[in-house]
Amino acid sequence: MAINWFKYSSPASFYSLSGKMIPIFVFLAVVTLIAGLYIGFFVAPTDFQQGEAYRIIFIHVPAAWMSMFLYVVMAFWAGIGLAFNTRLSSMLATAIAPTGAMFTFLALWTGALWGKPMWGTWWVWDARLTSELILLFLYIGFMSLQAAIDDPRRADKAGAIIALVGVVNIPIIYFSVQWWNTLHQGASVSLNQAPAMATTMLTGMLIMVIASWMYSIAVILKRVRVIILERESHTAWVAELRKKEAAR
Amino acid sequence: MFLWIIKRDLLLAMRRRSDVFTTLFFFVIVVSLFPLSVGPEMNMLRTMAPGVVWVAALLASMLSLGRMFSNDYLDGTLEQMLLSPQSLSLLVLGKALAHWLVTGVPLVLMAPILGIQYDLPVDALFVLTISLLLGTPVLSLIGAIGAALTLGLRGGGVLVSLLVLPLYIPVLIFGSGAVEANMAGLGYDAHMSLLGAFLLVSLVFAPWAAAASLRVSME
Repeated sequence: MAINWFKYSSPASFYSLSGKMIPIFVFLAVVTLIAGLYIGFFVAPTDFQQGEAYRIIFIHVPAAWMSMFLYVVMAFWAGIGLAFNTRLSSMLATAIAPTGAMFTFLALWTGALWGKPMWGTWWVWDARLTSELILLFLYIGFMSLQAAIDDPRRADKAGAIIALVGVVNIPIIYFSVQWWNTLHQGASVSLNQAPAMATTMLTGMLIMVIASWMYSIAVILKRVRVIILERESHTAWVAELRKKEAAR
Repeated sequence: MFLWIIKRDLLLAMRRRSDVFTTLFFFVIVVSLFPLSVGPEMNMLRTMAPGVVWVAALLASMLSLGRMFSNDYLDGTLEQMLLSPQSLSLLVLGKALAHWLVTGVPLVLMAPILGIQYDLPVDALFVLTISLLLGTPVLSLIGAIGAALTLGLRGGGVLVSLLVLPLYIPVLIFGSGAVEANMAGLGYDAHMSLLGAFLLVSLVFAPWAAAASLRVSME
């Protein structure tokens, strides 16, 4: 059976499809979150160097990964929306941004909580911390640009340009920050040599990564549904939907 | 067309000289505020100088970005430019270069004097000037993208800083890094090469991206 994938690039059919998909991803997110947190906090052994404080990685590492990955996904969809003028792709990019920014903030926050007992300070101007902070600035720039533009089509395109410029710049920023950091030799702490992890720790972390994935997909789909309804409120199918909801 | 744009923008800037001087004095005032806030010890000022001058240059160049397109947008000239058969990227490049000539070059010329206030040695002054000479055009070029995207928006001035300042970071790092490397007795060639590379890359890509942004904003 051949599936016409392009069918789902129409907001109306995507709306009904995503409505069916959300419960699945919410379920998966809850299950993996519980499993991951259980392994992380009860099964995984205490680290002999870092004690209990290392357990922050079960949240910190997935958050940091998602923060970087979601920016690329956002720029990808924004770029598709700009190139092919597909409405849904741009809506998806808009829906991804807040989740990405949330994960960036979470990564910085948990990193600070971990840094205090480990390094004795909330913040060091380490290359990774600094580039994560700049990533947060890029997310905020994208969101505030889109928020400042009233016309949604212009907001989509303008956001797409700034997201793509950001993606081109991310490697440049990352390497400059890294070089700047090595030149200054300020932070003596290095995250580069990760100690060999116990298998249970690794499993717990990977399950938490899957949980963050599922959570992101569920939340982003939910948000994109709201955006679709908002932007398509003048169309016939939304009116029909409203009638159906009212009849129920 | 390209030269014509530069000539026209320079002429317009000369007719309103106070705008040029406002940017320049902003730069001078910001740099002079630092000794007042952190104290006049010469050793500390000397280590701070490259960073302070560069941050002030960043802010000064960013504050004047709003003028790059907004006047032409308000009186309709920009629309005519978009309709013209000439390449829009070239036109944007001309406007960015004019912006640099009006705001960047005065900063570059002023920087050595401010460096003397911070007691920088002579060769460091030289490096500071060269690094600004290479770096400020990049600021104008990247800024053109931000200025084009925020054209005609409410609160555009603050928004442009949110968009553009994170993108300025590499220039800031290597611009002030060159001077610091020189004062530490290390070579500054690598910094200069990277600044030059930024300049070349932004010369190629920034006008293109800014032209696309202008089209989006003018729809």
